[in-house]
Amino acid sequence: MKPTDIAAPDYFHKVVDCQWACPAHTPVPEYIRLIAQGRYSDAYMINWKSNVFPGILGRTCDRPCEPACRRGRVEETPVAICRLKRVAADFKDDIKHRLPHPTAKNGKRVAFVGGGPASLTVARDLAPLGYHCTVFDGDPQAGGMMRTQIPKFRLPNSVIDEETGYILDLGVDFKGGHRIESMKALLAEKYDAIFVGSGAPRGRELDIPGRKEAASHVHIGIDWLSSVSFGHTDKIGKRVIVLGGGNTAMDCCRTARRLGGEDVKVVVRSGFEEMKASPWEKEDALHEDIPILNFLVPVSFVHDNGKLTGITFQKVKAEYDAKGRRNLVPSGEPDQTIECDDVLVAVGQENAFPWIEQDCGIEFDKWHMPKVDPKTFVSTNPKVFFGGDAAFGPKNIIWAVAQGHDAALSIHKLLSGEDITERPLPEVHVSSQKMGIHEWSYDNDISNDKRYKVPHRDKVIALKDIRTEVELGYDVKLALGEAERCLNCDVQTVFSTSLCIECDACVDICPMDCITFTDNGEEDDLRHRLKAPSPHPDQDLYVSSDLKTGRVMVKDEDVCLHCGLCAERCPTGAWDMQKYLINMTHAGSKCPTKSRSAA
Amino acid sequence: MTYIAKPKFHHPGLKKNELGYTHRDYEGKISTLCAGCGHDSITASIIEACYELSIEPHRVAKISGIGCSSKTPDYFLGNSHGFNTVHGRMPSVLTGANLANRDLIYLGVSGDGDSASIGFGQFAHSIRRGVNMTYIVENNGVYGLTKGQFSATADRGSKSKKGVTNTDNAIDLVAIALQLGATFVARSFSGDKTQLVPLIAAAIGHKGASFIDVISPCIAFNNHAGSTKSFDYVREHNDAVNRLDVLVGRDPIAVDYAPGTVQMVEQHDGSRIALRKIDADYDPHDRLGAQTFLARHAAKGQIVTGLLYVDPDAEDLHAHLDTVETPLNTLEADTLCPGSAALDKFNASLR
Repeated sequence: MKPTDIAAPDYFHKVVDCQWACPAHTPVPEYIRLIAQGRYSDAYMINWKSNVFPGILGRTCDRPCEPACRRGRVEETPVAICRLKRVAADFKDDIKHRLPHPTAKNGKRVAFVGGGPASLTVARDLAPLGYHCTVFDGDPQAGGMMRTQIPKFRLPNSVIDEETGYILDLGVDFKGGHRIESMKALLAEKYDAIFVGSGAPRGRELDIPGRKEAASHVHIGIDWLSSVSFGHTDKIGKRVIVLGGGNTAMDCCRTARRLGGEDVKVVVRSGFEEMKASPWEKEDALHEDIPILNFLVPVSFVHDNGKLTGITFQKVKAEYDAKGRRNLVPSGEPDQTIECDDVLVAVGQENAFPWIEQDCGIEFDKWHMPKVDPKTFVSTNPKVFFGGDAAFGPKNIIWAVAQGHDAALSIHKLLSGEDITERPLPEVHVSSQKMGIHEWSYDNDISNDKRYKVPHRDKVIALKDIRTEVELGYDVKLALGEAERCLNCDVQTVFSTSLCIECDACVDICPMDCITFTDNGEEDDLRHRLKAPSPHPDQDLYVSSDLKTGRVMVKDEDVCLHCGLCAERCPTGAWDMQKYLINMTHAGSKCPTKSRSAA
Repeated sequence: MTYIAKPKFHHPGLKKNELGYTHRDYEGKISTLCAGCGHDSITASIIEACYELSIEPHRVAKISGIGCSSKTPDYFLGNSHGFNTVHGRMPSVLTGANLANRDLIYLGVSGDGDSASIGFGQFAHSIRRGVNMTYIVENNGVYGLTKGQFSATADRGSKSKKGVTNTDNAIDLVAIALQLGATFVARSFSGDKTQLVPLIAAAIGHKGASFIDVISPCIAFNNHAGSTKSFDYVREHNDAVNRLDVLVGRDPIAVDYAPGTVQMVEQHDGSRIALRKIDADYDPHDRLGAQTFLARHAAKGQIVTGLLYVDPDAEDLHAHLDTVETPLNTLEADTLCPGSAALDKFNASLR
């Protein structure tokens, strides 16, 4: 193999599994260390800069970081990254003075369609640069789906108010209750740029017999949640069936439990394991005595002269074809009818752009989605940008944020007269953490603690009031314990070939058998000659150039604990622990400097 | 010195030996030696050898004297018996322990100061008697604990860190061990575990006095230009006569050796040593030949490593003394004391 180019910004970035997996690339270990030090406001600001909604995401994020977390490969469970983010939000001091101040306007006007996470991220990035940002939303308050679709027992209004407020206070003009009905009309208002962050607002229908007849007791999940959120709906029948296996279905069933649903069931087509809902959301539903029935395909709504009485399901089983694709085929058992008073349909969301006229210069593909550049988020109309669910269909908040940052950068470049396809590289800082002979600026003593559970409110109390938050969040002590579980993967093991005397000290001390000195070879061959098995080829091998004996140092990054013992036991300083900090390029970021060269 | 304990986590894919242990289970406390010390590599090699042999840790007694090397038993086999003796007295304590309980595996760990100076006589007599043990000298040629004076194994003409030339002749412990009748003699280098680990494994399997001299560079005081025990010097002058693999149990013998290059040696414990010749003329069963080979190569400044001599049919001290198979320390009074009738009879026979 060729020697690893650690100066490439991506190399060490990939080692920080959580940050690499996060769409917004939040520097996770950095803020977790700050939490451990009790510097909650600092931890919050790192999050705020990167993911804009730390308090909201700390309660609701889909956590792509956690399955990626190295700790999950070392022991059973990853670090509770998401809930630590909430800790930063819960325990911070007043941070208002640390936010950017509204600056003198630069005369450029940007309109936003929809006031959800994508639009607000773009506005957050552009407003401090002097852009006049006008956000239009059909709802009276900002937040979009965060406010309308996520139940209050998971995400209280106060948190949404606070974090959307930070953005609107930057001088963003929010036009609530003002739904954009025509793109043409908006274009006619001569904004310098338009950002469409209108989400995926339409719940997918379930067109099976009886749907029309039983309509008064069959509700579309996201619309129903939204109606509950605004207080228009405050009760539901005693027996409720929720159709669908995603996170919306989990929100629906738990909401139903709080509005009078005593016998609430979730019914899914697939198997329990393949459900789209996050495991922890399924867990929360089960905890609230909501059974999840699987391998049942709804066939028809059963009704008695228009009054819904139940749903008939066909029983299916999973079969896998030669390519490993799953097919649900009838199991041959008789159909099953489950009685109920109300049905909530949460089988997916769709985009809908009835308000974009065909002659706006915005082209759509065959799936009726706008043609959007996945890097710059520009549509076929050079002044119109899309982001969030509106751009590439339903995903999670953190994706909307990440796309918002990129779209903001495009808009800023466009309005500065620059080429929007030229994307500046992120800024990278790498610095040694050595403080003394065997002292580091980070806590390298690895905690053996298992993942700490987030305390929940007593179920009886929680189910009584739909606005009572279920999760209480970590207290300071639990947060510290959980923070200590972080392996500091951003503190990198940096190897200097010229200093190495091949004494084997690092090999001998490494608790995870990550390091091997051996003859060079092709990657497949090398992976078979390492000191410990190398089961994850997606995890890089760090290969040195040729050493004095002609061998090379090979480090499998896979399960490195970043404990720094290799560097402590190295007599010549050939190993050093260096903190890698990458600042993603946002609108207004300075040009990358030479410091992006890593070592 | 490292302040934190070595993390308990280990690689999730680590192999386990017959006892269900990983090599991590054979570790001891974290080393307090200087960073990069060759002794730590010998520690790792002992751990690896014991792991590969699936040795139950409680069946091992590790005995050492004084010095950097003699600290190392604290860093391996944390669940074994141990005795840290007075300076240079490891061999006599080991001999005594071995006589009392012949069932344990005895690891004598010593250094060049401990064995070639203050304990030179003890070393000689334990070898001479054929105590069943694995005697490892971690040989760095200096007194590291007292800041780098030459030890008795430092080569004449080699330079200290401060530039002083050694004018004394060196003791070659391997040559002495051969002369005193050790039945397993080897030399290796801490920087070459592929050679060292099987040597230790083979030595543990040998019944009789096994002696391994391991050149182990002292990073702090003897790893400079002019030293003959530095990483660079040993790598440049290493003349390996053979390499070996230790085959335990019924594992099929690897057949990737060219015919005629491998010599199989059966050991008392049932293990077999597959010896791959590097130097075609070298015969590890010829004690005299080994002595002259060593002397000739030493004169050329070469460090001969490998399995230098082995007598697979060796006998140990217990065989010489014709002791019972049962460890002496488990013999109860009723076995040891034949009773007054037997005593009377014995006394009468002398009258």
